[in-house]
Amino acid sequence: MSASVLYDAPGPKARVRNRIYAVVGTLAIAALILVSVLRLADKGHLAPEMWDIFNYSGIRQNIADAVLATLKAFGLAAVGSLVLGVLLAVGRLSDHQPIRWAATTFIELFRSLPLLITIYAIWVGFLTDHSMWALAAGLSVYNGCVQAEVLRAGINSVPRGQSEAAYALGMSKTQVMVTVLMPQAIRSMLPTIISQLVVTLKDTSLGFIILYPELLQTARLIASNTQVNGQYPYVSTIVVIGTIYIAMCLVLSALATWIEKRGRRAKTGIKVAPGVQTDGISTVDDIPAANPGGAGGAGTGADGADGTDVTKS
Amino acid sequence: MNVLLDNFPAFRDGFIGTVSITAVSSVIALVLGVAIAGFRVSPVPPLRYFGTAWVTLMRNTPLTLLFLIFFFVVPEILFPGMSPFVLGSLALGFYTSSFVCEAVRSGINTVPLGQAEAARSIGMTFAQTLRIVVLPQATRTVIPPLSSIFIALTKNSAIAGAFSNAELFGWQKLMSDKGYDIIPVFIWVALGYLVVTFTISGLFRLLERRMEVAR
Repeated sequence: MSASVLYDAPGPKARVRNRIYAVVGTLAIAALILVSVLRLADKGHLAPEMWDIFNYSGIRQNIADAVLATLKAFGLAAVGSLVLGVLLAVGRLSDHQPIRWAATTFIELFRSLPLLITIYAIWVGFLTDHSMWALAAGLSVYNGCVQAEVLRAGINSVPRGQSEAAYALGMSKTQVMVTVLMPQAIRSMLPTIISQLVVTLKDTSLGFIILYPELLQTARLIASNTQVNGQYPYVSTIVVIGTIYIAMCLVLSALATWIEKRGRRAKTGIKVAPGVQTDGISTVDDIPAANPGGAGGAGTGADGADGTDVTKS
Repeated sequence: MNVLLDNFPAFRDGFIGTVSITAVSSVIALVLGVAIAGFRVSPVPPLRYFGTAWVTLMRNTPLTLLFLIFFFVVPEILFPGMSPFVLGSLALGFYTSSFVCEAVRSGINTVPLGQAEAARSIGMTFAQTLRIVVLPQATRTVIPPLSSIFIALTKNSAIAGAFSNAELFGWQKLMSDKGYDIIPVFIWVALGYLVVTFTISGLFRLLERRMEVAR
């Protein structure tokens, strides 16, 4: 506790003061929660009937189907974005200028557009009757661009000597990329890659705009098609669906943290990036920012950040 | 080109909508994010737990679900009849506040411990330490991630369009409903967003350059 920049280990006076703050703070937060709950109860949102709807097998089946649909779209998007990410990263590091240029333009364009716009355009323009594929394609394009930048930062963080040694052994560029650089890049970036997958999972909820029956869309349908005591059970539905989403995301985040800890334990000399959720923002920028000062900043960060001026454009 | 010229007033309204919802929710996110970051680094455990819970919940909830909460649950708790613009900005601001909080917190943590210790040892008070020594250094490290966060906020504001706000995504939807070809519509909307994000990143780069100090 005393290890913070901002305050010393508290003395007796400060301890008393902190305890007062603690009590006041707890009371304030508790009061806020209590008022919300009371207001909701007042409007009948917490009546048992509102929650009873989840005992109907039909609604349970709906939710199970929706979870499956969400996971299906997520699975497709995860595979698609990773494949696209590898292709784009390799493209950006290509020796041929047109390829490099094309990959860069693609990445910069689709990364700086709202995902919703892309998904909607793909749906209206190309895949009107296949909302799942439209959603998966949109997610793959956007997240593929982000994953490409993550991978590129990873490749740049592999010490130069590695590829020099590989070339000295007479390996071709493809061999160097596939057998030397990529495995190390993926390993050091795995936490970031998984954090981006959490973002992908959250973004499947955009499927409701194109009427794909995933979790959120189903929740809306359940809430607006059932009426209990003359009211729509939005509160109970949102609580249930929100719990499912948060649980799914936390499992993935925990995986990222676990891998990050494991990676730090191994002594390979290659820094493992922290699995910080970036909401698909700039990635490369964030890696030094998330683990700055100290030992970080140097490894993945500094190397990855060169000539990237990310986000923008 | 026709899509734009024929529907220019709607496009302009959409553009202004995107800019204004981005601006309002940026302010909410910034204020709330800094406050929550303050909670997270404070010496008072309950406040710290609250901050952690806030960040965990907000970051693991899809923004769309948060919009749903703000449009269907919050009016029940507060007062009904709030405008979609207010609700949308609040949802966006709350969501982004968790990212701002984490950026600010890691910024404060980057300031070497010795700096604050030195400040305290020459007799500065807590407020002085914070104001003169720690915050100026933290601000500089926080600017680059904040720039990415606000660009992400701009992009996320598209979701507000799906919740009956007038902004660029709404325009895209309207135009494709009217039967215009999606490709030119897409290009104009894309340009609209690029203008906003370019401006934000330009402003932040300017800020970064002004605050640059060799450490």
